[in-house]
Amino acid sequence: MSIFCGFMAGTGMDIKYVAHLARLALTPEEEEKLGGQLGNILHYIEKLNELDVSNVEPTSHAVPLVNITREDAVRPSLPNEEALRNAPSKANGLFLVPKIVE
Amino acid sequence: MLNQLTISEAAEGLRAKKFSARELLQSCLDRVKQVDGKVKAFLSYDEKDALAQAEAADKLIASGQVGPLTGIPIGIKDVLCVKDHPLNCASKILGNYRSPYDATAIHKLKDAGAVIFGRTNMDEFAMGSSTENSAFLTTRNPWDLERIPGGSSGGSAAAVAADECLATLGTDTGGSIRQPAALCGCVGFKPTYGRVSRYGLVAFASSLDQIGPFTKDVRDTATLLNAISGVDPMDSTSVPEPVPDYTKALDGNIKGLKLGIAKEYMVGGLDPEVAAIVQKAIDQLRKLGAEIVEVSLPHTDYAAATYYIIAPAEASANLARFDGIRYGARIEGADPIELYSKTRGAGFGAEVKRRIILGTYVLSSGYYDAYYLRAQKVRTLIRNDFIKAFEKVDAIVTPTTPTAAFKAGEKSGDPLQMYLSDIFTISCNLAGICGISLPCGFTAKPKLPVGLQLLGKSFGESTILKIAHAYEQSTNWRKERPSL
Repeated sequence: MSIFCGFMAGTGMDIKYVAHLARLALTPEEEEKLGGQLGNILHYIEKLNELDVSNVEPTSHAVPLVNITREDAVRPSLPNEEALRNAPSKANGLFLVPKIVE
Repeated sequence: MLNQLTISEAAEGLRAKKFSARELLQSCLDRVKQVDGKVKAFLSYDEKDALAQAEAADKLIASGQVGPLTGIPIGIKDVLCVKDHPLNCASKILGNYRSPYDATAIHKLKDAGAVIFGRTNMDEFAMGSSTENSAFLTTRNPWDLERIPGGSSGGSAAAVAADECLATLGTDTGGSIRQPAALCGCVGFKPTYGRVSRYGLVAFASSLDQIGPFTKDVRDTATLLNAISGVDPMDSTSVPEPVPDYTKALDGNIKGLKLGIAKEYMVGGLDPEVAAIVQKAIDQLRKLGAEIVEVSLPHTDYAAATYYIIAPAEASANLARFDGIRYGARIEGADPIELYSKTRGAGFGAEVKRRIILGTYVLSSGYYDAYYLRAQKVRTLIRNDFIKAFEKVDAIVTPTTPTAAFKAGEKSGDPLQMYLSDIFTISCNLAGICGISLPCGFTAKPKLPVGLQLLGKSFGESTILKIAHAYEQSTNWRKERPSL
């Protein structure tokens, strides 16, 4: 029997909760397998705690471009039919989705 | 055999009317039919469409409108949009998707008269280092069919190494062009972040992804970079930096250029045979007149950990769009959340799920500062290491990979080991600089290619192309071919 019970060994990760946040259905087998593998990876990542980063600015982007704008002009865009052509379900020029409000 | 030609050789033949673009393409098609059952570089190709493009190129040539890429067959990684062609990212979740528009890089190749040919295999959503994460098939290394071609752009590398087309495009987020180029024995180039527009590239990690070429020699890489580079209003991260003629840099003269060797790259996991081959290449560069200087990149050892926070974090956000609503496969649910979860659970493979979970976790409330923000700060340290090193040197020389190609199945059970096969290529993406891998020899037994990596400053493409070309022309590695 597995000792795995939602929380991964050695970490604070509740895999069921994280999978819910990611809107990702996992089988119990996947949860268990991913749990062990992610435990190893997170342990490896802990390496970053060796460094003092208290006076370091974060880099979100390697190229410091800011406020790239373009003229607010009307341009041709993808025709409705083209935009919908890969839709799994559509009607009346719109995407069809399950009912959200009763 | 026309399929064995380089782009520049083929362009010369087309211009001199020694053969037609149709004959050139037919030669590639014949080769694909002959070897791709073994190599499995292509997910699909549309023969009729490619032949129509080749015929159009022949008309251009007949009317005297012939450029360096007119009529040249170029394979495309299955992550770039080509109008009306399938796009799957080697994933099941995209179903029967067909691109409604061209990526900017594709648009530019079409404008240059190239023949867009086939969809090359890859790790699902470019996540992996072996193509074993493709939902459809595992590409094989043309030098040894029991081995992997590297990844994630393994199909693009194998297609060029097996002479199935003259060149291909791939993408590189942490080494996905340079690593397979090294393992398959071709030239692979990762441009500076912002050099090539990412419009029409399915995003994996938006702050790291770049499109780049696989070719048979350095000149062809320069030719393709000329065509695909440049600022694009459709990608606000593309940089308005002028595009020089990269072929002009290929003058063979590297006398006095300073090349840095980083001691942090000569680490324990580096195979001694690979290390010796790379050392010989460094000696050769010295003989060609380059000055070899030791540099330090002290945070190298933290690059993989930084990458495996930042890349999955960005991926978890980017892949949220695959939810079964607007495109791709859908599994119905009682409500939208159930529909999303079921569709994603069935549509994504194991590695993609692993990274989505990891990325979601490091961005989640309570963990963001400890993981994601800390990784972004270490990214600054890694970037500063390179800025400092490039004050002293014109380029940095390293092995591209710690080992030659490994066997299929060897690392697929241990994701962490697989991640560490990218340790020499990851820093380049984090720092946003450019890098190239080119063949620099072969292991003895079995005979497998080894790659030399040159890392250059931001927008220093010309310098590393110049060095790579000088080295390449002083050796004969590019003339070696696998026996298939």
